[in-house]
Amino acid sequence: MHSNGFFLKDVAGFLGGYYTFIAIMNGVAALILWRRKNQPGWAITWAVVAGVMMVLASLALSGSASLVPSLPLSVRMLVNKLSGPVLYTLGTTALFTVLFVFRKFFVKPMVAWTVLNVALVIMGLSMADENFASIVMKADNVPIVGLIFMLAFFTWVATSQAVVNDERIAKGLPPMEKINDEKVLVWPDLVYTELICMVAVSAFLLVWAIFLQAPLEEPASSVKTPNPSKAPWYFLGLQEMLVYFDPWYAGVVLPSMVVFGLMAMPYLDFNKKGNGYYSIEERKFSYLVYQFGFFELWITLIILGTFLRGPNWNFFGPFEYWTPYKVEVLNNVDLPQMFWVNLLDRPLPRAPQGAGLLTQVGTILLREAPGLALLGAYLVLLPPLLAVTVFRKFFARMGFVRYMIMANLMLLMLTLPLKMILRWTLNLRYIVSIPEFSLNF
Amino acid sequence: MAIGETIRNSQIWKSIFRHPMPLDRRNRIVVMLTNFFLHLHPVSIKKQGIALSFTWCMGGVTFFLFLVETVTGVLLMFYYRPTLEWAYNDILALRDVTSLGILRELHRWGAHAMVITTWLHMYRVFLTGSYKPPREFNWVIGVILLLLTLLLSFTGYLLPWDQLAIWAITVGSNMARATPILGYEGPGQQLLTIGGIDMITDGSDARFGLLGARFVGEETLNRFYVLHCIAIPLATSLLLAIHFWRVRKDGGISGPL
Repeated sequence: MHSNGFFLKDVAGFLGGYYTFIAIMNGVAALILWRRKNQPGWAITWAVVAGVMMVLASLALSGSASLVPSLPLSVRMLVNKLSGPVLYTLGTTALFTVLFVFRKFFVKPMVAWTVLNVALVIMGLSMADENFASIVMKADNVPIVGLIFMLAFFTWVATSQAVVNDERIAKGLPPMEKINDEKVLVWPDLVYTELICMVAVSAFLLVWAIFLQAPLEEPASSVKTPNPSKAPWYFLGLQEMLVYFDPWYAGVVLPSMVVFGLMAMPYLDFNKKGNGYYSIEERKFSYLVYQFGFFELWITLIILGTFLRGPNWNFFGPFEYWTPYKVEVLNNVDLPQMFWVNLLDRPLPRAPQGAGLLTQVGTILLREAPGLALLGAYLVLLPPLLAVTVFRKFFARMGFVRYMIMANLMLLMLTLPLKMILRWTLNLRYIVSIPEFSLNF
Repeated sequence: MAIGETIRNSQIWKSIFRHPMPLDRRNRIVVMLTNFFLHLHPVSIKKQGIALSFTWCMGGVTFFLFLVETVTGVLLMFYYRPTLEWAYNDILALRDVTSLGILRELHRWGAHAMVITTWLHMYRVFLTGSYKPPREFNWVIGVILLLLTLLLSFTGYLLPWDQLAIWAITVGSNMARATPILGYEGPGQQLLTIGGIDMITDGSDARFGLLGARFVGEETLNRFYVLHCIAIPLATSLLLAIHFWRVRKDGGISGPL
């Protein structure tokens, strides 16, 4: 299914308003730069952008297939063809890495504003695609679009302050937050902010509620299973993990560890610096760990699970129709199979018929020996090994118990990306596979 | 302004507000100490601590959204009966028949927004390193509150009793089936066997405890309704109170030490 006239007529009003909004946004920016900041060059640039957006708005309002601005079909096909879980994960990782490494460049207001404009225009062009729009405009998915823009905005707010503070600290100056230790009365300074905030949030919520109806599908039926069946959006990262792990780990153990790890964080982070002000350089390790967990393992997986996983939890490109008939070849292999059959060319060890419990357990242990050895090395040998090498200073500062908790939490967190890589490269399904005890890892 | 003056000097007004209008410095201090709703705040506060670019207001917005959810939730309860017979029809009627037809929209979008603002609040607290001593324990309470927010949203997701609702809850709660030892499809459930009888079956495992049944049905609807409207809000309110109290006791809102 590709864009047809009916669909474009339906979104024409929305897209017209959307581009007009971008135009006004840029117009205001131009005005501020010209009058307040005295930067006529940039002011002219954004005024021109505003003009272009108005043209796009009127083209979009036409609602005719030849005029509504959209990505060429060939580009959309190419994006669909290229995209997949591997490229998505590696791509977002690369993006975050670039943003982090060149953060001093990206926090510059004009750079950030350009990025925002580009993102909004790509979004607008994509919305003219029926398949893209049907997923993104699904009522319950709208908050996630909002989440993406808000996270980007607040990360910019935080990082631009952190960059300034880091430069100041490098020069031996105190962070910006410390310069001014003036105190003000809560009435009126805070109480009024709170009031304005409440009015603004109420207004926002009312507008949202008036323009977007809450979803209500057919009455519940326990026999008609929808395809795909999805958990609420904030749990879709967990559902995405089910691709790589069994539910006992992806749905129970790992989430519990996330909660435990978050709670343990203030007791594990022994770094006294960076308390109460934005800074990256002073706490790079904890910053990177948190951002990796939050952005890479939580947010991007939610976006993947919401927008790019269709029927049968198959991967679909952003402009691809969610057909339930898409077939993906599953040729995943377990580690015991790889080790005994493929490598040693022997059958899997199997207990003889009617063998006692001990023999059975012994056989299972023998069969799973390669996986268990690997896991054992990962969880038991690696922490002490790291303690005497990479984390030597950490170990000295933290002591045995705290260090072991931190090391194990980090290793558990890394099981997800490691399993992803093993799946993509070796088609590995389970490292340890004991169906007899429902224990697959 | 004579009428205003008369009202402010009346016995009724003075019995309600224990202080004059906070127009001068003295009364602006007094008002914070004598008003029940305001006494949560300190009298004075670090100026940079309440700068928008520093604090983002996300904790406050989350609390405000919690209040919005409480008010709209109570109003929704007037219209909604958690039974298989009525649940879906009541939601339909809410959309099509009831005046103020955006009540459910306010509640649902407010809930989504609350999940997002909770994450953003936590993100800000992390980025400013405000979980560090002396605020470690308040961070722990915050993590529990985050969990309760997700559970509030999750239990509420079922109540409209449409396809979206039951299948989202089915997918979400199927995970509990695989709980190690306590779920009947989980690893090690064979360990809890007494005299050859399995203690963990599909009628006694963690998922059954969550759903009150072997599948998402009327018992689940009732269970989630009670959790959503009474149990979790009560727990959340208590922890919110402690969370706010600890902000004051642990050195006030965050800022450099």
